[in-house]
Amino acid sequence: MEILVCVKRVPDTAENEFELNSAGNDLDRDDLVYSVNEWDNYAVEEAIQIVDKVGGSVTVITVGDDESEEVLRREMAMGANNGILLSDDAFEGSDGKAIAAILKAETQKGSYDLILSGAQADEGAGQIGGMLAAMLDYPYASLVNKIEVGDGKIIVGREIEGGNQEMNELQLPCVLSIQTGINEPRYVGIRGIRKVASVDIPVKGAGDLDIDTASVGEAGAKTKRVDYYVPDMGDGAEMLEGSTDEIIEKLIEKLKAKGGL
Amino acid sequence: MTQIFAYIPFNNGVAEDIAQEYPTAASKIDEGASVTAVVTGSGADLDKVANDMTSIYSEVIKIDNADLAYPNADIVRKALENTIPSDAVFLIAHNTFGMDLAPGLSIKMDSAYAADVVDFEGIDGTTLKANRQELGGAVSTHVTVDISSGAVITIRPGSFAPLEEGAAGGAVVDRSGDAGDLSAKRKFLEIVAAEVGDVDITKSDVLVSVGRGIEDEDNIEIAEELAEAMDAVVSCSRPIVDAKWLEKSRQVGTSGQTVKPKVYMAMGISGSFQHLGGVKGNPFIVAVNKNPKAPIFQVADVGIVEDILDFMPELTEAINDL
Repeated sequence: MEILVCVKRVPDTAENEFELNSAGNDLDRDDLVYSVNEWDNYAVEEAIQIVDKVGGSVTVITVGDDESEEVLRREMAMGANNGILLSDDAFEGSDGKAIAAILKAETQKGSYDLILSGAQADEGAGQIGGMLAAMLDYPYASLVNKIEVGDGKIIVGREIEGGNQEMNELQLPCVLSIQTGINEPRYVGIRGIRKVASVDIPVKGAGDLDIDTASVGEAGAKTKRVDYYVPDMGDGAEMLEGSTDEIIEKLIEKLKAKGGL
Repeated sequence: MTQIFAYIPFNNGVAEDIAQEYPTAASKIDEGASVTAVVTGSGADLDKVANDMTSIYSEVIKIDNADLAYPNADIVRKALENTIPSDAVFLIAHNTFGMDLAPGLSIKMDSAYAADVVDFEGIDGTTLKANRQELGGAVSTHVTVDISSGAVITIRPGSFAPLEEGAAGGAVVDRSGDAGDLSAKRKFLEIVAAEVGDVDITKSDVLVSVGRGIEDEDNIEIAEELAEAMDAVVSCSRPIVDAKWLEKSRQVGTSGQTVKPKVYMAMGISGSFQHLGGVKGNPFIVAVNKNPKAPIFQVADVGIVEDILDFMPELTEAINDL
Protein backbone atom coordinates (compact mmCIF):
# COMPACT_ATOMS: atom_id res chain seq x y z
CA MET A 1 0.00 0.00 0.00
CA GLU A 2 1.32 3.43 -0.99
CA ILE A 3 0.60 5.90 1.78
CA LEU A 4 1.00 9.67 1.71
CA VAL A 5 1.04 11.53 5.04
CA CYS A 6 0.56 15.31 5.12
CA VAL A 7 2.50 16.95 7.96
CA LYS A 8 3.15 20.49 9.19
CA ARG A 9 5.80 22.39 11.13
CA VAL A 10 4.07 24.30 13.93
CA PRO A 11 4.90 26.29 17.07
CA ASP A 12 5.13 23.75 19.89
CA THR A 13 2.34 24.44 22.42
CA ALA A 14 4.15 22.42 25.10
CA GLU A 15 7.38 24.40 24.72
CA ASN A 16 6.20 28.00 24.31
CA GLU A 17 4.40 30.70 26.24
CA PHE A 18 2.78 32.73 23.50
CA GLU A 19 3.03 36.51 23.62
CA LEU A 20 1.95 39.16 21.15
CA ASN A 21 4.62 41.27 19.43
CA SER A 22 5.08 44.94 20.28
CA ALA A 23 2.67 45.99 17.52
CA GLY A 24 0.09 43.61 18.96
CA ASN A 25 -0.86 42.11 15.61
CA ASP A 26 1.22 38.95 15.49
CA LEU A 27 2.86 36.47 17.83
CA ASP A 28 6.29 37.36 19.09
CA ARG A 29 8.00 34.75 16.95
CA ASP A 30 11.63 35.51 17.82
CA ASP A 31 12.17 32.71 20.29
CA LEU A 32 9.38 30.29 19.34
CA VAL A 33 10.23 26.60 19.41
CA TYR A 34 8.82 24.75 16.40
CA SER A 35 8.22 21.05 15.99
CA VAL A 36 6.11 18.66 13.95
CA ASN A 37 2.36 18.95 14.63
CA GLU A 38 1.51 16.45 17.37
CA TRP A 39 -1.35 14.79 15.45
CA ASP A 40 0.95 14.19 12.46
CA ASN A 41 3.25 11.94 14.48
CA TYR A 42 0.30 9.63 15.10
CA ALA A 43 -0.55 9.67 11.38
CA VAL A 44 3.02 8.79 10.39
CA GLU A 45 3.23 6.06 13.04
CA GLU A 46 -0.04 4.57 11.79
CA ALA A 47 1.19 4.63 8.19
CA ILE A 48 4.44 2.88 9.17
CA GLN A 49 2.53 0.20 11.07
CA ILE A 50 0.22 -0.43 8.11
CA VAL A 51 3.17 -0.77 5.72
CA ASP A 52 4.90 -3.11 8.21
CA LYS A 53 1.82 -5.37 7.96
CA VAL A 54 0.84 -5.23 4.30
CA GLY A 55 3.92 -3.82 2.54
CA GLY A 56 4.31 -0.68 0.49
CA SER A 57 5.86 2.66 1.34
CA VAL A 58 5.24 5.83 3.32
CA THR A 59 5.83 9.28 1.84
CA VAL A 60 5.64 12.38 4.04
CA ILE A 61 4.77 15.70 2.44
CA THR A 62 4.48 19.27 3.64
CA VAL A 63 3.77 22.73 2.28
CA GLY A 64 6.14 25.20 3.86
CA ASP A 65 9.40 27.07 3.78
CA ASP A 66 12.99 25.72 3.86
CA GLU A 67 12.78 25.15 7.59
CA SER A 68 9.90 22.72 7.10
CA GLU A 69 12.43 20.24 5.75
CA GLU A 70 13.43 19.42 9.33
CA VAL A 71 9.97 18.00 10.15
CA LEU A 72 10.09 15.82 7.03
CA ARG A 73 13.47 14.48 8.15
CA ARG A 74 12.13 13.82 11.62
CA GLU A 75 9.25 11.77 10.22
CA MET A 76 11.67 9.94 7.91
CA ALA A 77 13.77 9.13 10.97
CA MET A 78 10.60 7.50 12.39
CA GLY A 79 10.53 5.27 9.33
CA ALA A 80 8.84 7.12 6.48
CA ASN A 81 10.54 6.15 3.20
CA ASN A 82 10.32 9.40 1.24
CA GLY A 83 9.83 13.10 1.81
CA ILE A 84 8.53 15.84 -0.47
CA LEU A 85 8.70 19.57 0.30
CA LEU A 86 6.26 21.81 -1.57
CA SER A 87 7.72 25.28 -1.30
CA ASP A 88 7.31 28.51 -3.24
CA ASP A 89 7.14 32.18 -2.28
CA ALA A 90 3.76 32.19 -4.02
CA PHE A 91 2.39 29.73 -1.44
CA GLU A 92 2.88 32.16 1.46
CA GLY A 93 -0.37 33.32 3.07
CA SER A 94 -2.37 30.44 1.58
CA ASP A 95 -5.66 29.56 3.24
CA GLY A 96 -6.69 25.96 3.88
CA LYS A 97 -8.24 25.58 0.47
CA ALA A 98 -5.04 26.64 -1.29
CA ILE A 99 -2.92 24.31 0.85
CA ALA A 100 -5.28 21.46 -0.07
CA ALA A 101 -5.03 22.43 -3.77
CA ILE A 102 -1.21 22.43 -3.61
CA LEU A 103 -1.24 18.99 -1.96
CA LYS A 104 -3.75 17.74 -4.51
CA ALA A 105 -1.46 18.74 -7.38
CA GLU A 106 1.40 16.64 -6.01
CA THR A 107 -0.92 13.79 -4.98
CA GLN A 108 -2.01 13.40 -8.58
CA LYS A 109 1.60 13.05 -9.69
CA GLY A 110 1.89 9.92 -7.56
CA SER A 111 -0.35 6.92 -7.01
CA TYR A 112 -1.44 6.69 -3.41
CA ASP A 113 -3.94 4.24 -1.95
CA LEU A 114 -4.25 6.05 1.33
CA ILE A 115 -3.72 9.68 2.31
CA LEU A 116 -3.44 10.60 5.97
CA SER A 117 -3.21 13.89 7.82
CA GLY A 118 -3.37 14.90 11.46
CA ALA A 119 -6.91 15.65 12.66
CA GLN A 120 -5.86 19.27 13.20
CA ALA A 121 -2.79 21.46 13.51
CA ASP A 122 -1.79 24.81 15.05
CA GLU A 123 -4.70 26.76 13.58
CA GLY A 124 -7.22 24.25 14.92
CA ALA A 125 -9.32 24.18 11.76
CA GLY A 126 -9.04 20.47 10.91
CA GLN A 127 -9.77 21.28 7.30
CA ILE A 128 -7.04 19.98 4.97
CA GLY A 129 -8.01 16.29 4.85
CA GLY A 130 -11.68 16.89 4.10
CA MET A 131 -10.88 19.48 1.46
CA LEU A 132 -8.28 17.29 -0.25
CA ALA A 133 -10.72 14.36 -0.29
CA ALA A 134 -13.47 16.46 -1.86
CA MET A 135 -11.06 17.81 -4.50
CA LEU A 136 -9.99 14.26 -5.39
CA ASP A 137 -13.51 12.83 -5.04
CA TYR A 138 -12.17 10.29 -2.56
CA PRO A 139 -14.18 9.16 0.47
CA TYR A 140 -13.15 10.79 3.73
CA ALA A 141 -13.34 10.15 7.45
CA SER A 142 -12.08 12.49 10.16
CA LEU A 143 -10.90 11.93 13.75
CA VAL A 144 -9.90 8.34 13.02
CA ASN A 145 -8.71 6.36 16.04
CA LYS A 146 -8.71 2.83 14.59
CA ILE A 147 -7.77 1.39 11.19
CA GLU A 148 -8.14 -2.12 9.77
CA VAL A 149 -6.90 -2.55 6.24
CA GLY A 150 -8.87 -4.91 4.00
CA ASP A 151 -8.79 -5.75 0.30
CA GLY A 152 -9.58 -2.57 -1.65
CA LYS A 153 -11.29 -1.14 1.38
CA ILE A 154 -10.53 -0.03 4.87
CA ILE A 155 -12.49 -0.14 8.12
CA VAL A 156 -12.02 2.88 10.37
CA GLY A 157 -13.24 3.96 13.77
CA ARG A 158 -13.97 7.65 14.30
CA GLU A 159 -13.80 9.19 17.73
CA ILE A 160 -17.15 10.86 18.38
CA GLU A 161 -18.72 12.57 21.38
CA GLY A 162 -18.79 10.85 24.75
CA GLY A 163 -15.92 8.48 24.01
CA ASN A 164 -18.02 6.47 21.56
CA GLN A 165 -16.61 5.18 18.31
CA GLU A 166 -18.31 5.32 14.90
CA MET A 167 -17.26 2.49 12.61
CA ASN A 168 -17.20 3.04 8.83
CA GLU A 169 -16.07 1.18 5.75
CA LEU A 170 -14.35 3.25 3.06
CA GLN A 171 -13.31 2.26 -0.43
CA LEU A 172 -9.69 2.90 -1.38
CA PRO A 173 -8.20 5.27 -2.28
CA CYS A 174 -9.40 7.44 0.58
CA VAL A 175 -8.34 10.26 2.88
CA LEU A 176 -8.35 9.98 6.68
CA SER A 177 -7.55 12.50 9.39
CA ILE A 178 -5.91 10.86 12.39
CA GLN A 179 -6.74 11.54 16.03
CA THR A 180 -4.17 11.36 18.80
CA GLY A 181 -4.16 8.17 20.85
CA ILE A 182 -4.64 5.82 17.86
CA ASN A 183 -1.16 4.41 18.56
CA GLU A 184 2.00 5.24 20.46
CA PRO A 185 4.34 7.12 18.13
CA ARG A 186 7.88 5.76 18.29
CA TYR A 187 10.69 7.73 19.82
CA VAL A 188 13.12 9.38 17.45
CA GLY A 189 16.67 9.64 18.68
CA ILE A 190 19.60 11.68 17.44
CA ARG A 191 20.97 8.60 15.74
CA GLY A 192 17.78 8.17 13.74
CA ILE A 193 17.88 11.80 12.61
CA ARG A 194 21.54 11.43 11.57
CA LYS A 195 20.73 8.39 9.47
CA VAL A 196 18.42 10.39 7.23
CA ALA A 197 20.39 13.67 7.37
CA SER A 198 21.72 13.32 3.86
CA VAL A 199 18.73 11.72 2.17
CA ASP A 200 17.60 13.82 -0.77
CA ILE A 201 14.25 15.54 -0.27
CA PRO A 202 12.87 16.96 -3.53
CA VAL A 203 11.55 20.53 -3.38
CA LYS A 204 8.73 21.43 -5.75
CA GLY A 205 7.32 24.86 -6.51
CA ALA A 206 4.24 26.21 -8.28
CA GLY A 207 5.82 25.63 -11.71
CA ASP A 208 6.60 21.97 -10.99
CA LEU A 209 3.02 21.44 -9.86
CA ASP A 210 1.34 23.41 -12.69
CA ILE A 211 -0.30 25.67 -10.13
CA ASP A 212 -1.64 29.07 -11.12
CA THR A 213 0.03 31.37 -8.57
CA ALA A 214 -3.00 33.67 -8.54
CA SER A 215 -5.12 30.87 -7.05
CA VAL A 216 -2.87 30.31 -4.03
CA GLY A 217 -1.04 32.39 -1.44
CA GLU A 218 -2.30 35.65 -0.03
CA ALA A 219 -3.86 36.64 -3.38
CA GLY A 220 -6.02 33.53 -3.65
CA ALA A 221 -7.08 33.37 -0.01
CA LYS A 222 -10.74 33.87 0.80
CA THR A 223 -10.12 33.42 4.50
CA LYS A 224 -7.32 35.54 5.96
CA ARG A 225 -6.01 36.00 9.45
CA VAL A 226 -5.97 39.73 10.17
CA ASP A 227 -4.38 39.82 13.60
CA TYR A 228 -3.91 38.16 16.96
CA TYR A 229 -5.49 39.61 20.06
CA VAL A 230 -5.99 38.99 23.75
CA PRO A 231 -9.69 38.40 24.41
CA ASP A 232 -11.45 40.11 27.27
CA MET A 233 -12.36 37.13 29.40
CA GLY A 234 -13.76 39.03 32.34
CA ASP A 235 -12.08 38.75 35.70
CA GLY A 236 -10.72 35.25 35.35
CA ALA A 237 -9.52 33.30 38.36
CA GLU A 238 -8.74 34.78 41.73
CA MET A 239 -4.99 34.15 41.85
CA LEU A 240 -3.71 32.92 45.19
CA GLU A 241 -0.29 34.33 45.98
CA GLY A 242 2.30 34.18 48.73
CA SER A 243 4.39 31.32 50.05
CA THR A 244 3.22 27.80 49.28
CA ASP A 245 2.11 27.38 52.89
CA GLU A 246 0.04 30.57 52.71
CA ILE A 247 -1.50 29.52 49.41
CA ILE A 248 -2.41 26.10 50.79
CA GLU A 249 -4.00 27.65 53.84
CA LYS A 250 -6.16 29.96 51.71
CA LEU A 251 -7.04 27.13 49.33
CA ILE A 252 -8.12 24.79 52.13
CA GLU A 253 -10.48 27.46 53.49
CA LYS A 254 -12.04 27.84 50.06
CA LEU A 255 -12.29 24.10 49.50
CA LYS A 256 -14.06 23.70 52.84
CA ALA A 257 -16.54 26.42 51.91
CA LYS A 258 -17.27 24.87 48.51
CA GLY A 259 -17.68 21.29 49.66
CA GLY A 260 -14.30 20.08 48.46
CA LEU A 261 -13.25 18.93 51.93
CA MET B 1 -29.38 40.86 2.94
CA THR B 2 -27.30 37.82 3.74
CA GLN B 3 -28.92 34.47 3.20
CA ILE B 4 -27.93 32.16 6.05
CA PHE B 5 -28.58 28.43 6.43
CA ALA B 6 -27.98 26.44 9.62
CA TYR B 7 -27.47 22.67 9.75
CA ILE B 8 -29.31 21.19 12.74
CA PRO B 9 -27.69 18.13 14.38
CA PHE B 10 -29.99 15.90 16.44
CA ASN B 11 -30.03 12.69 18.43
CA ASN B 12 -33.07 10.47 18.96
CA GLY B 13 -35.45 13.11 17.68
CA VAL B 14 -34.05 15.94 19.79
CA ALA B 15 -32.07 18.81 18.28
CA GLU B 16 -28.72 19.59 19.88
CA ASP B 17 -28.41 22.82 21.88
CA ILE B 18 -26.67 24.56 19.00
CA ALA B 19 -30.04 24.81 17.24
CA GLN B 20 -30.82 27.68 19.63
CA GLU B 21 -27.35 29.20 19.20
CA TYR B 22 -27.32 29.57 15.40
CA PRO B 23 -29.86 32.45 15.36
CA THR B 24 -27.62 34.46 17.71
CA ALA B 25 -24.60 33.73 15.52
CA ALA B 26 -26.59 34.70 12.42
CA SER B 27 -27.69 38.03 13.92
CA LYS B 28 -24.05 38.81 14.73
CA ILE B 29 -23.15 38.15 11.10
CA ASP B 30 -25.94 40.35 9.79
CA GLU B 31 -28.80 41.65 11.91
CA GLY B 32 -31.23 41.57 9.02
CA ALA B 33 -30.29 38.12 7.78
CA SER B 34 -32.91 35.47 7.16
CA VAL B 35 -31.99 32.13 8.69
CA THR B 36 -33.20 28.82 7.34
CA ALA B 37 -32.76 25.61 9.32
CA VAL B 38 -31.71 22.47 7.44
CA VAL B 39 -32.38 18.98 8.82
CA THR B 40 -31.42 15.71 7.17
CA GLY B 41 -32.33 12.19 8.21
CA SER B 42 -35.19 9.80 7.85
CA GLY B 43 -38.56 9.00 9.32
CA ALA B 44 -40.33 10.06 12.51
CA ASP B 45 -37.28 11.46 14.31
CA LEU B 46 -36.58 13.78 11.41
CA ASP B 47 -40.21 14.93 11.22
CA LYS B 48 -40.24 15.69 14.93
CA VAL B 49 -37.04 17.74 14.78
CA ALA B 50 -38.22 19.60 11.68
CA ASN B 51 -41.47 20.51 13.46
CA ASP B 52 -39.65 21.51 16.64
CA MET B 53 -37.45 23.86 14.61
CA THR B 54 -40.45 25.82 13.34
CA SER B 55 -40.66 27.42 16.77
CA ILE B 56 -37.22 28.95 16.21
CA TYR B 57 -36.83 29.32 12.44
CA SER B 58 -39.24 30.85 9.93
CA GLU B 59 -38.23 28.28 7.33
CA VAL B 60 -37.10 24.70 7.90
CA ILE B 61 -35.76 22.63 5.01
CA LYS B 62 -36.23 18.91 5.51
CA ILE B 63 -34.38 16.30 3.46
CA ASP B 64 -35.73 12.80 4.12
CA ASN B 65 -33.97 9.78 2.66
CA ALA B 66 -33.21 6.32 4.04
CA ASP B 67 -29.54 6.86 3.11
CA LEU B 68 -29.46 9.85 5.48
CA ALA B 69 -30.63 7.87 8.51
CA TYR B 70 -27.08 7.16 9.67
CA PRO B 71 -24.21 9.56 10.32
CA ASN B 72 -22.29 9.55 7.05
CA ALA B 73 -20.87 12.93 6.18
CA ASP B 74 -20.02 11.95 2.59
CA ILE B 75 -23.72 11.26 1.91
CA VAL B 76 -25.09 14.25 3.84
CA ARG B 77 -22.66 16.45 1.92
CA LYS B 78 -24.12 15.31 -1.39
CA ALA B 79 -27.67 16.01 -0.24
CA LEU B 80 -26.68 19.50 0.92
CA GLU B 81 -24.70 20.48 -2.17
CA ASN B 82 -27.76 19.66 -4.26
CA THR B 83 -30.16 21.61 -2.06
CA ILE B 84 -28.48 24.70 -0.57
CA PRO B 85 -27.63 27.69 -2.81
CA SER B 86 -23.85 27.77 -3.19
CA ASP B 87 -23.62 31.52 -2.55
CA ALA B 88 -25.24 31.27 0.89
CA VAL B 89 -23.55 31.42 4.27
CA PHE B 90 -23.91 27.93 5.73
CA LEU B 91 -23.44 27.46 9.47
CA ILE B 92 -22.50 24.03 10.82
CA ALA B 93 -21.66 22.96 14.38
CA HIS B 94 -17.95 22.40 14.98
CA ASN B 95 -18.56 18.97 16.49
CA THR B 96 -17.29 15.59 15.32
CA PHE B 97 -19.91 15.38 12.57
CA GLY B 98 -19.38 18.97 11.44
CA MET B 99 -15.64 18.35 11.21
CA ASP B 100 -16.39 15.37 8.96
CA LEU B 101 -18.81 17.29 6.77
CA ALA B 102 -17.89 20.95 6.46
CA PRO B 103 -14.41 21.16 4.86
CA GLY B 104 -15.41 18.99 1.90
CA LEU B 105 -18.74 20.79 1.55
CA SER B 106 -16.91 24.12 1.18
CA ILE B 107 -14.96 22.65 -1.74
CA LYS B 108 -18.04 21.25 -3.45
CA MET B 109 -19.89 24.56 -3.03
CA ASP B 110 -16.78 26.52 -4.06
CA SER B 111 -17.26 28.62 -0.94
CA ALA B 112 -14.91 30.21 1.55
CA TYR B 113 -14.32 28.17 4.70
CA ALA B 114 -13.81 29.22 8.30
CA ALA B 115 -13.65 26.69 11.11
CA ASP B 116 -14.46 26.72 14.81
CA VAL B 117 -15.61 30.33 14.94
CA VAL B 118 -16.37 31.61 18.46
CA ASP B 119 -17.75 35.06 17.59
CA PHE B 120 -18.54 37.40 14.70
CA GLU B 121 -17.78 41.10 14.45
CA GLY B 122 -20.13 41.76 11.57
CA ILE B 123 -20.08 42.14 7.83
CA ASP B 124 -18.73 44.89 5.60
CA GLY B 125 -19.88 44.47 2.00
CA THR B 126 -18.96 40.85 1.29
CA THR B 127 -16.24 40.68 3.94
CA LEU B 128 -17.24 38.93 7.14
CA LYS B 129 -15.06 39.37 10.21
CA ALA B 130 -14.93 36.43 12.61
CA ASN B 131 -13.11 35.48 15.80
CA ARG B 132 -11.25 32.22 16.25
CA GLN B 133 -8.66 30.66 18.50
CA GLU B 134 -5.38 29.02 17.59
CA LEU B 135 -2.73 26.93 19.32
CA GLY B 136 -5.17 25.09 21.56
CA GLY B 137 -6.82 28.30 22.78
CA ALA B 138 -3.54 29.99 23.75
CA VAL B 139 -4.16 32.87 21.33
CA SER B 140 -7.17 34.47 19.66
CA THR B 141 -7.34 35.80 16.11
CA HIS B 142 -9.57 37.84 13.84
CA VAL B 143 -10.10 36.43 10.37
CA THR B 144 -11.80 37.95 7.35
CA VAL B 145 -13.93 35.70 5.18
CA ASP B 146 -14.79 36.71 1.63
CA ILE B 147 -18.39 35.50 1.33
CA SER B 148 -18.98 36.85 -2.20
CA SER B 149 -19.36 33.30 -3.52
CA GLY B 150 -20.74 31.85 -0.29
CA ALA B 151 -19.15 30.49 2.85
CA VAL B 152 -19.23 27.35 4.96
CA ILE B 153 -18.54 28.25 8.58
CA THR B 154 -18.37 25.91 11.56
CA ILE B 155 -19.17 27.50 14.90
CA ARG B 156 -18.08 26.27 18.30
CA PRO B 157 -21.00 24.85 20.33
CA GLY B 158 -21.68 26.90 23.45
CA SER B 159 -20.08 30.10 22.10
CA PHE B 160 -23.28 31.95 21.20
CA ALA B 161 -26.08 32.72 23.64
CA PRO B 162 -29.07 30.43 23.13
CA LEU B 163 -32.17 32.12 21.76
CA GLU B 164 -35.03 32.43 24.22
CA GLU B 165 -37.85 30.19 23.06
CA GLY B 166 -39.91 32.19 20.60
CA ALA B 167 -42.86 31.35 18.41
CA ALA B 168 -41.37 31.85 14.98
CA GLY B 169 -44.32 29.99 13.47
CA GLY B 170 -42.18 28.72 10.66
CA ALA B 171 -42.99 26.25 7.93
CA VAL B 172 -41.35 22.98 6.94
CA VAL B 173 -40.34 22.75 3.31
CA ASP B 174 -39.74 19.20 2.09
CA ARG B 175 -36.79 19.21 -0.31
CA SER B 176 -36.23 15.43 -0.24
CA GLY B 177 -36.79 15.31 -4.00
CA ASP B 178 -33.79 17.56 -4.63
CA ALA B 179 -31.25 15.46 -2.75
CA GLY B 180 -30.15 13.73 -5.94
CA ASP B 181 -27.78 10.77 -6.20
CA LEU B 182 -26.70 9.75 -2.71
CA SER B 183 -24.36 6.90 -3.58
CA ALA B 184 -21.07 7.06 -1.68
CA LYS B 185 -17.79 5.22 -1.32
CA ARG B 186 -18.20 5.25 2.43
CA LYS B 187 -20.57 3.08 4.48
CA PHE B 188 -21.65 3.50 8.10
CA LEU B 189 -21.28 0.25 10.06
CA GLU B 190 -22.08 0.78 13.74
CA ILE B 191 -21.51 2.82 16.88
CA VAL B 192 -19.27 1.13 19.43
CA ALA B 193 -20.21 2.42 22.89
CA ALA B 194 -17.50 3.77 25.18
CA GLU B 195 -15.94 1.25 27.53
CA VAL B 196 -17.06 1.39 31.13
CA GLY B 197 -14.12 1.78 33.48
CA ASP B 198 -13.45 0.63 37.02
CA VAL B 199 -14.29 4.07 38.42
CA ASP B 200 -17.25 6.22 37.36
CA ILE B 201 -15.87 9.78 37.42
CA THR B 202 -19.33 11.20 36.67
CA LYS B 203 -20.53 10.12 40.12
CA SER B 204 -17.91 11.96 42.19
CA ASP B 205 -18.53 15.37 43.80
CA VAL B 206 -14.83 16.17 43.79
CA LEU B 207 -12.44 15.42 40.94
CA VAL B 208 -8.67 15.71 40.98
CA SER B 209 -8.05 16.02 37.25
CA VAL B 210 -4.55 15.79 35.82
CA GLY B 211 -3.15 17.02 32.52
CA ARG B 212 0.20 17.21 30.77
CA GLY B 213 1.71 18.84 33.87
CA ILE B 214 1.86 15.41 35.51
CA GLU B 215 4.77 14.73 33.11
CA ASP B 216 5.24 11.03 33.84
CA GLU B 217 3.13 7.94 34.42
CA ASP B 218 4.79 7.37 37.80
CA ASN B 219 3.54 10.76 39.00
CA ILE B 220 -0.14 9.72 38.67
CA GLU B 221 0.32 8.33 42.16
CA ILE B 222 0.80 11.88 43.50
CA ALA B 223 -2.64 12.80 42.19
CA GLU B 224 -4.14 9.63 43.61
CA GLU B 225 -2.80 10.50 47.05
CA LEU B 226 -4.37 13.95 46.85
CA ALA B 227 -7.65 12.43 45.67
CA GLU B 228 -7.62 10.01 48.56
CA ALA B 229 -7.06 12.83 51.04
CA MET B 230 -9.98 14.75 49.50
CA ASP B 231 -12.26 11.72 49.21
CA ALA B 232 -12.21 12.40 45.47
CA VAL B 233 -11.39 10.39 42.37
CA VAL B 234 -8.76 11.04 39.70
CA SER B 235 -9.84 12.11 36.25
CA CYS B 236 -7.71 13.52 33.44
CA SER B 237 -7.41 15.40 30.18
CA ARG B 238 -6.86 13.83 26.79
CA PRO B 239 -3.03 13.66 26.63
CA ILE B 240 -2.99 11.38 29.68
CA VAL B 241 -5.26 8.89 27.93
CA ASP B 242 -3.33 9.20 24.67
CA ALA B 243 -0.20 8.27 26.63
CA LYS B 244 -2.15 5.30 28.09
CA TRP B 245 -1.38 6.42 31.67
CA LEU B 246 -5.08 6.28 32.59
CA GLU B 247 -8.13 4.55 31.12
CA LYS B 248 -10.28 6.33 28.55
CA SER B 249 -13.17 6.22 31.05
CA ARG B 250 -11.24 8.70 33.22
CA GLN B 251 -11.09 11.35 30.48
CA VAL B 252 -13.07 14.56 30.91
CA GLY B 253 -13.99 16.37 27.70
CA THR B 254 -16.22 16.36 24.64
CA SER B 255 -14.56 13.17 23.43
CA GLY B 256 -14.65 11.67 26.92
CA GLN B 257 -16.96 11.98 29.91
CA THR B 258 -19.17 14.90 30.85
CA VAL B 259 -18.87 15.53 34.58
CA LYS B 260 -20.82 17.72 37.02
CA PRO B 261 -18.79 17.76 40.22
CA LYS B 262 -19.05 20.38 43.00
CA VAL B 263 -15.30 20.94 42.96
CA TYR B 264 -12.97 20.42 40.01
CA MET B 265 -9.24 20.45 40.71
CA ALA B 266 -7.53 21.11 37.34
CA MET B 267 -3.95 20.03 37.97
CA GLY B 268 -1.52 20.84 35.17
CA ILE B 269 -4.38 21.16 32.68
CA SER B 270 -4.05 23.95 30.10
CA GLY B 271 -7.83 24.17 29.58
CA SER B 272 -8.64 23.54 25.92
CA PHE B 273 -12.30 24.06 24.95
CA GLN B 274 -12.61 20.33 24.19
CA HIS B 275 -11.64 19.59 27.79
CA LEU B 276 -13.81 22.31 29.35
CA GLY B 277 -16.72 21.14 27.18
CA GLY B 278 -16.90 18.12 29.47
CA VAL B 279 -17.06 20.15 32.70
CA LYS B 280 -20.67 21.11 33.34
CA GLY B 281 -22.84 22.26 36.22
CA ASN B 282 -20.69 25.29 37.10
CA PRO B 283 -18.36 23.62 39.62
CA PHE B 284 -15.83 25.48 41.78
CA ILE B 285 -12.70 25.17 39.65
CA VAL B 286 -9.25 25.27 41.19
CA ALA B 287 -6.46 25.51 38.61
CA VAL B 288 -2.83 24.84 39.38
CA ASN B 289 -0.44 25.35 36.49
CA LYS B 290 3.16 26.52 36.25
CA ASN B 291 2.34 28.51 33.11
CA PRO B 292 0.72 31.80 34.24
CA LYS B 293 -0.73 32.23 30.74
CA ALA B 294 -2.56 28.88 30.68
CA PRO B 295 -6.13 29.41 29.35
CA ILE B 296 -7.51 27.48 32.34
CA PHE B 297 -6.93 30.58 34.51
CA GLN B 298 -9.55 32.44 32.47
CA VAL B 299 -12.31 30.05 33.50
CA ALA B 300 -11.14 28.86 36.94
CA ASP B 301 -12.47 30.34 40.19
CA VAL B 302 -9.13 30.08 41.94
CA GLY B 303 -5.73 29.98 40.25
CA ILE B 304 -2.33 29.02 41.59
CA VAL B 305 0.89 29.35 39.59
CA GLU B 306 2.96 26.43 40.82
CA ASP B 307 4.38 23.16 39.57
CA ILE B 308 1.77 20.51 40.45
CA LEU B 309 4.49 17.97 41.18
CA ASP B 310 5.66 20.14 44.08
CA PHE B 311 2.28 21.54 45.04
CA MET B 312 0.09 18.43 45.19
CA PRO B 313 2.17 16.53 47.80
CA GLU B 314 2.23 19.60 50.04
CA LEU B 315 -1.52 20.07 49.70
CA THR B 316 -2.08 16.36 50.42
CA GLU B 317 0.01 16.59 53.55
CA ALA B 318 -1.78 19.73 54.75
CA ILE B 319 -5.19 18.12 54.23
CA ASN B 320 -4.14 14.93 56.00
CA ASP B 321 -2.97 17.04 58.94
CA LEU B 322 -6.36 18.73 59.34
